[in-house]
Amino acid sequence: MGFFVQCLPYTSVSHQPLSRNRRVSPVRQANVLSDMFPATATDAGVIGFILSHIPASAGPILWVQDRLSRKETGCPYLPGLGARRQILNVDLSRPADVLWAMEDGLRCKGMSAVIGEVWGDPPTLNFTATKRLAMRAEQGRVPCWLIRRAASPDLSAARNRWRVASLPSSPHPDDPHAPGNPRWRVDLFRSRLSRPGEWVATYDPAADRVDFSAFLRDGALAEDGRKGKCRAAG
Amino acid sequence: MIPRRIVSIFLPFFAMERWQKTAERANAAPPDDVPIVLATEGPHGPVIYAANRAARMAGINIGARVVDMRALCPDLHVEYADVAGDTAAINKLVLWARRWCPWTVADGPDGLVLDTTGSDHLFGGEAAMLVEMETRLSLLGLTAQLAVAPTWGAAWGLARYGKTRSICTLDQLDAQLAPMPATALRLDSETLLLLRRLGLKTIGALADIPRLSLTRRFVRAKLSGNPVLRLDQATGTLAEPVSSLDAPPRFQAQSCLAEPVQDPTPHLPDLCDKLCNALAQAGFGCRRLHLVVYRTDGEISRVDVATSTPSRDAPHLARLFDDKLERINPGFGFDLITLTASAVEKIDKVQPRLDGSADENLHLSRLIDRLTARFGARSVTRPVLKESHIPERAEVRLSALTKAQTEPVQTANPRPIRLLEPPEEVQVLYAVPEGPPAQFVWRRQAHRVTRYGGPERIAPEWWRDRPSTRLRDYFRIEDQNGRRFWMYREGLHDDGRGGDPRWFVHGLFS
Repeated sequence: MGFFVQCLPYTSVSHQPLSRNRRVSPVRQANVLSDMFPATATDAGVIGFILSHIPASAGPILWVQDRLSRKETGCPYLPGLGARRQILNVDLSRPADVLWAMEDGLRCKGMSAVIGEVWGDPPTLNFTATKRLAMRAEQGRVPCWLIRRAASPDLSAARNRWRVASLPSSPHPDDPHAPGNPRWRVDLFRSRLSRPGEWVATYDPAADRVDFSAFLRDGALAEDGRKGKCRAAG
Repeated sequence: MIPRRIVSIFLPFFAMERWQKTAERANAAPPDDVPIVLATEGPHGPVIYAANRAARMAGINIGARVVDMRALCPDLHVEYADVAGDTAAINKLVLWARRWCPWTVADGPDGLVLDTTGSDHLFGGEAAMLVEMETRLSLLGLTAQLAVAPTWGAAWGLARYGKTRSICTLDQLDAQLAPMPATALRLDSETLLLLRRLGLKTIGALADIPRLSLTRRFVRAKLSGNPVLRLDQATGTLAEPVSSLDAPPRFQAQSCLAEPVQDPTPHLPDLCDKLCNALAQAGFGCRRLHLVVYRTDGEISRVDVATSTPSRDAPHLARLFDDKLERINPGFGFDLITLTASAVEKIDKVQPRLDGSADENLHLSRLIDRLTARFGARSVTRPVLKESHIPERAEVRLSALTKAQTEPVQTANPRPIRLLEPPEEVQVLYAVPEGPPAQFVWRRQAHRVTRYGGPERIAPEWWRDRPSTRLRDYFRIEDQNGRRFWMYREGLHDDGRGGDPRWFVHGLFS
């Protein structure tokens, strides 16, 4: 089962879609290494964004966490991730071990994704380490997501580098006071595969699909070229 | 044909004595005069499964309800019985009993049966052999009642209802069986009740009935409820051989070295090859491997690894030892290395795919093995859902080495994507007594609540929690920056279980 991506222009004033909308994804997400930088260290929106890229019926996910990430932001919780997902948790203490376990997991053919969480800027997570992960991911055809909390976006060989922040959710269909479907501001600030850009992503858990729309600063329409290379994924 | 000689060993207090032995090993054995019973779950509450001597003297009956027996003996100490453990222990005892003869089987949860035909002379005759068996078992801490007879049925009855260490030859068989009660025929309780109502109290009385009428009466009964068949088994008319199970095979490879060495690494691939060849010939794969080095100063040191699925792939097994061999303390060197496979399981040869691509499950299980060998079984886990409304109990983490049994669990309400363990207490501004939070301070940062969903009330599980546990009202909260939390208020203002309710952040939504 794939996920569908729809591109809807988004304005903070009205939710009326403009005429330019296309059923396309702004980003090519192949089996590559992606760096994820949450806006604040404890923001869980980045996890939702990653999981929206992994179909629930796919193979197991290897989830590697270092100690600080686990203490500060908690553990992945299976009832919230979706009961059908198979998760393999690896709880480690050192960032070097996290990288080793991720690299070993990328060799495994049956994995649907490898997700690693590293806190801060450890010296072991340098350009060489990310290059190894990136090449291993492309060789093994397993998508790899490296969540870097409380980190600075230094030199990295990741093919896509994202910043993800939670936005106020879309209105709940039944209850005006309740939060509805999650919405994130996703900023692809560096990419080898597609054109960088900034979007608002709305995730619909019932249909397992993400709607991307252009992110508008101060109500002004973003340039048209921003959404340049758009293609369907899934 | 040589008549068979069957020994029946009855262990009347096996479960209790095993429990006692385990407690002694943990230095937690209570004194002898404390009445202790082991209980299992019955249809109307726990029932007594086994009792120690003090409890039996106090009049405790096996099979009675614990609450009834508490009335008889108020200071009764109740422990839960480990029935599966007892069965496993009996099965081990069966193999242990092969010291006397090659054919041994378990006989119910508290007995063994040995076919000692032709092996009693090794111990100096049958009487001496029975004494030897009783002595050995008492050294294990087990009370035993033994009998030897030409048939399984007769030995069973004599062990339980006959004289101590009774020996019954073929020509005495009818004479010895006749005075025994009808319960010595291995019949179920309904048939025994029927026989008692018919006035047939002994086996002799039953045998005196004309066979035709007995057969007509019990023509449809199964073996366990059929006195005719049981009588035939006891007298030897109906054959009942002792079909013993094979002991699990033992796989070991060893290399004796000409002179002591310090490093086992160069020998490991050879050992793995030898072991895997032996496993492949027998059609087994191993789940656990133990590498033991025997040092010249008489010490041994060992390294253990485990696999998630049975494997006999030598390079894979050798790789599991990669970082562990450094932990071996070689001392002044060692001259003998053994590699033993324990916990072997049968695996069939399967053809890999025709297109030559690799099997994904195999890859996954090997990854689990490597990760577990390097980081330990506690670090590599697999979450499994459980049926519980309490969020921290809805998910348990099993070691990835164990086979996860998945049970379909419905989760209707939205649940967070991350769970904070333990929940973090926050200062909250809210409409007293049960309103939603308006503002809260989490990790020294103020969050203003813009939207909320809930409350969802989760009551404590009264069958597990302490009586003072408070209920929880969960809210889905969104703050001014769009971050979504899962918070709960613990307790109500007037529930009488502590002071004002406290607030906790328990999870984060995506």
